[in-house]
Amino acid sequence: MSRIATRFAALRKVNRAAFVAFVSGGDPDFDTGLAILRRLVEAGADILEIGISFTDPMADGPTIQAGGARALAAGMNTKRIFDLVRAFRVEDNDTPVVLMGYFNPIYRYGTARFATDARAAGVDGLITVDLPPEEEDELRGPAEGAGLDIVRLVAPTTDEERLPLLLERASGFVYYVSIVGITGTRSPSMVDVEYAIARLRRFTDLPVAVGFGINTAEQAGAVARVADGAVVGSALVHEIGVGGSDMLDRVSVLARTLAHGVAGARA
Amino acid sequence: MVQCDCATQGTNAMSPDTAANSYRLGPDEWGHFGLYGGRYVAETLMPLISEVGAAYRNAKNDPAFHEEMGYFHKHYTGRPSPLYFAERLTAYLGGAKIYFKRDELNHTGSHKINNCLGQILLARRMGKTRIIAETGAGQHGVAAATVCARFDLPCTVYMGAVDIDRQAPNVFRMRLLGAEVKAVESGSRTLKDALNEALRDWVAHVHDTFYIIGTAAGPAPYPEMVRDFQCVIGDEARAQIMEAEGRLPDTVVACIGGGSNAIGLFHPFLDDPDVRIVGVEAAGRGLETGAHAASLAGGCPGVLHGNRTYLLQNEDGQITDAHSISAGLDYPGIGPEHAWLKDMGRADYVSATDAEALEAFQLCTRLEGIIPALEPAHALAWVVRTAPNLPRDHILVMNMCGRGDKDVFSVSEALGINL
Repeated sequence: MSRIATRFAALRKVNRAAFVAFVSGGDPDFDTGLAILRRLVEAGADILEIGISFTDPMADGPTIQAGGARALAAGMNTKRIFDLVRAFRVEDNDTPVVLMGYFNPIYRYGTARFATDARAAGVDGLITVDLPPEEEDELRGPAEGAGLDIVRLVAPTTDEERLPLLLERASGFVYYVSIVGITGTRSPSMVDVEYAIARLRRFTDLPVAVGFGINTAEQAGAVARVADGAVVGSALVHEIGVGGSDMLDRVSVLARTLAHGVAGARA
Repeated sequence: MVQCDCATQGTNAMSPDTAANSYRLGPDEWGHFGLYGGRYVAETLMPLISEVGAAYRNAKNDPAFHEEMGYFHKHYTGRPSPLYFAERLTAYLGGAKIYFKRDELNHTGSHKINNCLGQILLARRMGKTRIIAETGAGQHGVAAATVCARFDLPCTVYMGAVDIDRQAPNVFRMRLLGAEVKAVESGSRTLKDALNEALRDWVAHVHDTFYIIGTAAGPAPYPEMVRDFQCVIGDEARAQIMEAEGRLPDTVVACIGGGSNAIGLFHPFLDDPDVRIVGVEAAGRGLETGAHAASLAGGCPGVLHGNRTYLLQNEDGQITDAHSISAGLDYPGIGPEHAWLKDMGRADYVSATDAEALEAFQLCTRLEGIIPALEPAHALAWVVRTAPNLPRDHILVMNMCGRGDKDVFSVSEALGINL
């Protein structure tokens, strides 16, 4: 069983959702970025979602774009992202790691080489924001071959005619984009999220995580009551961006608060 | 940053389609021109992109849509634009017989209005109540703001903060026309970032908003749709040269940024094997300096802004900044159909530097009394370089796709003249 499936199965047994933490890989630099990954897990993150920075992240708001720009300025690239995951895996062989990014850096790296190197580094799944199923053949083959999960984004605009196409080859979990918009800019309506998840469950048995617009422990908790995972990115990346000598501690405190929000949701 | 070297990078190379009987059949059902094009957008936009595609197919087959567009072409834009024999430039260069397709005489001063008109009529058919657009030099923004004023739709134009500083008159013009101009402060704060921001706006307002993309790029159906709306240039030129010369031209030439004016001129000639097709990219300070906007000459295939095409990027697949004296060519990508035509060898893609364009700009102004925009001044630079070596019976048609009034400040600055 993959790390992702194992983690969701374990959480299901204790009736709680996963806290999925997103940061841009190597933000603000490689070493600090590695420390942040470890702190997030210590604070209760169940799954790590690591962003591969891109100069033109069209689905992201200003906070995550700024995080990506910091990582790029610090010399991060695809190869260094793999180095980062490999370094993280030295101490942690259980926490699932999902890479999230845009297709161009993957394409330039070479899709086959990317899938092989990602797997070798200890990556478990991929979210490619701008690669819809209609265009993904050249990545899907190598990714499936390497045993990487293909995590699909499903949006509020996705209709039932399109859902089967998205879910047909999805694996790991399904990522429901809770708002019509970019990351970190709006808060979702919980009524809508609940309705959307109920609809999704009619089409798939995969766990469903919800993200894009979850910023507080309350929101994460509300999501965790109905979904299998709550993804928080912009709020964490914002703290990293504020910086300062106590940044790591502040990120830890925030992550712990979010983790408690998720863990206590169904209590 | 180090530019990528296509020869050493894995590009998952697929060969382009083998030559069909026609070069005019593309794209395929999914918007691909061989390896290029497609729909690389976030899931939130996918259903909407499909909706635009379906609405466009429907409109394309509706004579009433074409009739309405024809009416506005004639009475609002001032089409057909003339095909003008540039007699003095021809005599001066002493070779090929040079014609200008005068799309700079269109309402708003460039070919951009052809596309905006088509797209806003489509937006109205779709019942959309709000328009967004991106702009670099401001020409597309002005054209979009113009049709929005005419059809009474609110318009938001995204423009890089750097470009806003460079193009103050066009910013004011858009505001006079009632558009809201939003400064884009992210990334390199130029055209590519304006496109990102417009896409982000669109993702957040999918239900009521129509995005008028300014060039023949972006996710399908835009490259095809914008090309179709710009083909009025080539269709007219073809009929006009037949009337003037009784035969097809030997060469057609146009400048290329995203490539909408060029594909509009080229497409109707693609299946005429005796017509040489030449696209002129902006070589900026010189291809060897890295400070240029020549995606085909200096870039490699990649995925940006919803389509696969040639891009200026580094070896990590990060997009690099383009440079050109012409803000309208200052874009690190190019329309996917040009990428395909390059690989197929059907069109030749060459380049002209800032300095060559400036020379040609002045020459044309003095000899023909036509102030070209800096964009077609790049095509002119190639004409100036090439025409003397061609025989006198060689007929050359160049697209004068914009007028240069907007550029007089940039040109005076480049020439070191204080206004």
